[in-house]
Amino acid sequence: MSTESFPYLSVILFLPAAGAIVIGLLIKEARTARITAALFTFVAFALSLALFVMFDRGVGLQFVEKYVWIESLGARYYLGIDGLSLPMVILTTFLGFVVVFVSWKINIRVKEYFVWLLILETGILGVFLSLDFLLFFLFWEMELIPMYMLISIWGGGRRTYSATKFVIYTLFGSAFMLAGILALYFSTPGPEHTFSMVAIASGGAEWLTPVIPLASIFFLIFVAFAIKLPVVPLHTWLPDAHTDAPTAVSVMLAGVLLKMGAYGMIRLVAGFGDGGIVPGVAEDYATILVAFAVVSVLYGAAATMRQTDLKRMIAYSSVSHMGFVLLGIFALSQLSLTGATLQMFSHGLITGLLFALVGLIYDKTHQRQIPLLGGLAKQMPVITVVFSIAGLAALGLPTTIGFAAEFTVFVGSWGSTVVSSIQTYTVLAILGIVVGAGYILWMLERVFYREPKERYDGVGDASNMEKAYIFAFIALIMLFGIYPKLLLDVIGPLFSRWG
Amino acid sequence: MNFWLLSPELSLVGIALTVILLDLFIQQKKVLAAISVFGLIIPIAFTIALWGENQASFSGMLVVDNFSLFFKFLILGITSLVILSSMDYARKFARFQGEYYALILLSAGGLMLMGSTGELISIYIALELASISLYALVSFLKDPKSSEAGLKYMILGAISSAVLLLGMAFVFGITGTTHLDQIADKVGALVSGGQLWDSPALLFGIVLLIAGFGFKIASVPFQMWVPDVYEGAPTPITAFLSVASKAAGIAVILRVFYTAFGIAEISADWAMIFAVLGAISMTIGNVVAIAQSNIKRMLGYSSIAHAGFLMVGLAAIGTLGQSGVLFFLAGYALANLGAFIAIIAISNKIGSDEIADYSGMARRSPVISFALAFSLISLIGIPPAVGFMAKFFIFNAAIQQDLLWLVLIAALNSVISAYYYLRVVKVMYVNEPTSEEPIPSSIPLRISLAIASIGVLVLGVYPWLVLRLAENAVAMFP
Repeated sequence: MSTESFPYLSVILFLPAAGAIVIGLLIKEARTARITAALFTFVAFALSLALFVMFDRGVGLQFVEKYVWIESLGARYYLGIDGLSLPMVILTTFLGFVVVFVSWKINIRVKEYFVWLLILETGILGVFLSLDFLLFFLFWEMELIPMYMLISIWGGGRRTYSATKFVIYTLFGSAFMLAGILALYFSTPGPEHTFSMVAIASGGAEWLTPVIPLASIFFLIFVAFAIKLPVVPLHTWLPDAHTDAPTAVSVMLAGVLLKMGAYGMIRLVAGFGDGGIVPGVAEDYATILVAFAVVSVLYGAAATMRQTDLKRMIAYSSVSHMGFVLLGIFALSQLSLTGATLQMFSHGLITGLLFALVGLIYDKTHQRQIPLLGGLAKQMPVITVVFSIAGLAALGLPTTIGFAAEFTVFVGSWGSTVVSSIQTYTVLAILGIVVGAGYILWMLERVFYREPKERYDGVGDASNMEKAYIFAFIALIMLFGIYPKLLLDVIGPLFSRWG
Repeated sequence: MNFWLLSPELSLVGIALTVILLDLFIQQKKVLAAISVFGLIIPIAFTIALWGENQASFSGMLVVDNFSLFFKFLILGITSLVILSSMDYARKFARFQGEYYALILLSAGGLMLMGSTGELISIYIALELASISLYALVSFLKDPKSSEAGLKYMILGAISSAVLLLGMAFVFGITGTTHLDQIADKVGALVSGGQLWDSPALLFGIVLLIAGFGFKIASVPFQMWVPDVYEGAPTPITAFLSVASKAAGIAVILRVFYTAFGIAEISADWAMIFAVLGAISMTIGNVVAIAQSNIKRMLGYSSIAHAGFLMVGLAAIGTLGQSGVLFFLAGYALANLGAFIAIIAISNKIGSDEIADYSGMARRSPVISFALAFSLISLIGIPPAVGFMAKFFIFNAAIQQDLLWLVLIAALNSVISAYYYLRVVKVMYVNEPTSEEPIPSSIPLRISLAIASIGVLVLGVYPWLVLRLAENAVAMFP
C-alpha cells in the first residue's frame, strides 16, 4: 500500500478526538453533544468496516502511513494494520459507537463526559494502530487521563480511589515498559537506532546487539502488559475500576482496554507474523507464563464464584477469561495464537454486552447485589433473554463466538510443541470453563429465575434504543459464532509461521 | 570588545532603567508592564538575530554561541510570560510597581549572562546580579511570610554564594586560571601527567561548585529554602524562580562541567555525583510533596523533584543528555508557568493557595482549571503533554549511558508524583464547588496562559520544533 492513498487509519484514529474537540468547543446543549458523539463514532466505525472489506486477507501490513516525527531519534508517525490489529480496531470503533448510546442517560456534565469518552477512544485506537514503539507508548499512556476523569467524576462507589488505583497501576507498569522500550531501541544497530516495531520484529535476535539481556527487556515490557491484561497477581486494580466506573466505561475497559495488554503480548512474542518484537525469549519462559495463565483462569473463576455484586462478578470473570488469552499466547502455536486473538475479540463483545446489561439492570432496579435481585425474568423479559445468551456465550456455548474462541485456544494449546506438559495445563484451564458454567448459571438463576420480587414490579424492560444495541451485540456474537471463518481468515495467516 | 554580542543584555537593562525612570512620571502602572513586555521584543529580536554566532569577547568573559542563545531565548520567553501574568497580581503591591518590573528584568539579565560566560568570576557576578534582584522580589509582598521567605532566601543564597566562591578558589588554586577552556587544558595536562588526584583540592573544588550550583537548581541537599520561599514569595516570582533560575543554573552547570571538566577521567566522577543526587532529589521531592496541602509548597517540592530529573540528564554524559536537558527545561518551563499562571488567577479570586479551596474549580472556571490540570499532567509526564517527551529524552540519554537503574528510579518517581498531581485534578474536577462565582482573569493573563498551554500541547506532540534547536545549541560542546 502506498502512502499516497487515502489515510484511512489516521482518519479513523483522529475522528473521535476531532469529535471531542467539536463537542468541547462548539456545542452547548447536552442533546447535541450526544448526537455529535454518535455521529463521529459512527463514521469511525463505518470506516473500520470498510477496512474490513478492503483488507487483503493473507497479506501482511496494510494501509501503512509513515512520516518522520522526531528526526534525530528515528521516531516515526507510523501506522498500519494486519490480521491482529484489524479485529481490535473494529471492536474498538464498534464499542466506541455503542457506548455513546449506553451513556445516553448520563445527565451530569454531559459535554465533558463525551469529550473524555471520545479522547479515550482515540487513545485506544492509537495503541492498536501504531507501529512505532514510541508512538505506541504515547497512546498507551494517553488513555490514562480520560479514564481517570470518567471513573472519578461519573463513577460510583469509591470512585476516586478506584480511578487513582487504576492510574497508578498502569503508570507503574509503564515505567518498566518505557525502560524496556529504550533498552530495545539502543539494542537496534546504531548509530541510527529505530523504534519501528516492524523493523525490530523482522530483524530478529541476530540483528540486535542487546544492551541488557533480551530476557530482561522482554520482562520489562511484559510487566506493563501483564498489569493491563491482567495476570494474577497484578489484577487487583481491575475489580475496583470496573465496578466503580460508569457503565459505558466498564464496557470500554473490559471490551478493549484489557485487550491492549493482550495485543502487546502477541506483538512481543509473535510480532507481525515473524520473529516477535523481543525474539526468542517467550519460548524459554513459556512454561512459567502458561502456569500464570492457568492460575489466572482458576483464581479468577474461583473469585468470581464468591462475588455478590453483579458488576464485580462480571469484572472477576474477565480475569478468568483473559487467562485463556494468556494461555493461547504462550502456548505458541498457530492455532493457539489465533484462538487467543479470537478470544480477545469474543471477550470484548461478550463482556462488553454483560456490562451494558448490568448497567441496564442497575439503572432500572438501583440494585446490583445478587442476593437482593431475583425473578427479574418476569419484569424484564428481553433483558433476561439477552443476558442469558450473553452468559451462555461467556461459558462457551456452541454457536456463539465464545465457543469458537475458547475451543480454538484449547485445541491450539493442546497441540503445542513448545511447552512441556501443556496438556496438563490445558486440562486445568478447561476446568475454568466448568467453574465458569457454574457461576454463570448460578448467577442467572439467582438474578432472573427465582420468585419475582414485588419491589421490582413495574421497573420496565429495555427501551427501544437499548434493545437496538443489545441486539446488535447478540447479532455479532452469533454471527462470528456460527461463521468464525469471517475472522479466522483475517487473523489466521498472520501466525502461519508457527506450527 | 564587541557590544553587538552583548546587545540582548544591554537592551534588557536599558528597558529596566526606562521602566524605573518612567515610573516617576506615569500614574497608570499598567503602562509600565506594557513597556516591559513590549520592550522584551527588542532583546528577543537581538537574540534571534545572533543565532548561529559563535564568538567570545571581553577577553573570554562573554561567550555567545547557540548554547547561550538558547538559554537567552528561554529566559526572555519565561520573563515575558511572568510579566504578562504579573499584571493581575501587581495590584497587591500598591507601591513600587515600577521597581517590581525593573527588578524582574534586571534579574533576567543576570540569568542570561550566567549561561553566556566562559569564565568563573563572570559567572559569579552574573549569578549575584540575578540573585540580589530576586532577594528583593521574593520579599516584595512585605507581609510576614514574604519577608521571612526573602530573608531565608538571602541568607541561604549568600551562604551558597560563599560556597561557590570557595569552590572557584580551589579550582583556581590548582589550575591557576579562571577561564573555563584554560582550566580544561590544565586539567588535561594533569590527567596526562597522572597527577590529577595528587591533591584532593581539585575534587573538593568541584564538589563545592556542585553545592553552589545545586542551590540554584534546588537540588537535594541544598533544597531547604525551596518550600518556604515558594510559598511566601509573590506567585509570579515563585514561577520565575522555579523555571528561570533553574534554567540558568543548569546552563552554568552544563557549561562549566562540560567545558572545564569534560575530560572522561573526571566526568565519570561528577556524573556519578549528579546521578546519586538526582535519585535522592526526586525521591525526596516527590515523597514529601504528597504531604503538602498548599499548592505552592507542593509545586516547590515538585520543583525539587524536577531538579532530580534534570540531574539524570546531567549524569547521562553526551549529546543526548545535553539536548535532553535543554528540551526538558523548555518543557518544564511551559508546564510550570502554566500551572503558576492558573494559580495566580485562582488565588486572586479566592485568596488562598490551599488545595482544598480549589474544590469544584472546573465548574467555576473550566478554561483555567483545564489549563492547570493539563500543566499538572505534563508535570507527571503523561502524553500528549510535553512533560512526557521531556522525560523521555532524558531517559533515552540515560539508557544510552547504561544508567538503567537511574531510569527505573526516575520512572517510578513519576508514578509517585502522579498521586499528588492528580489529587489537585480530582479536587478541581470531582469535588463540589463551594460557590458558583467564576474566576475573573485579565486579557494579558489569559494570553500568557494560552501560550503556556498551547506550548505544552504542541511540543508534546511535535517535540522536534525545539529539540532541533537544543541539538544545535549543544553542538558546541567537545
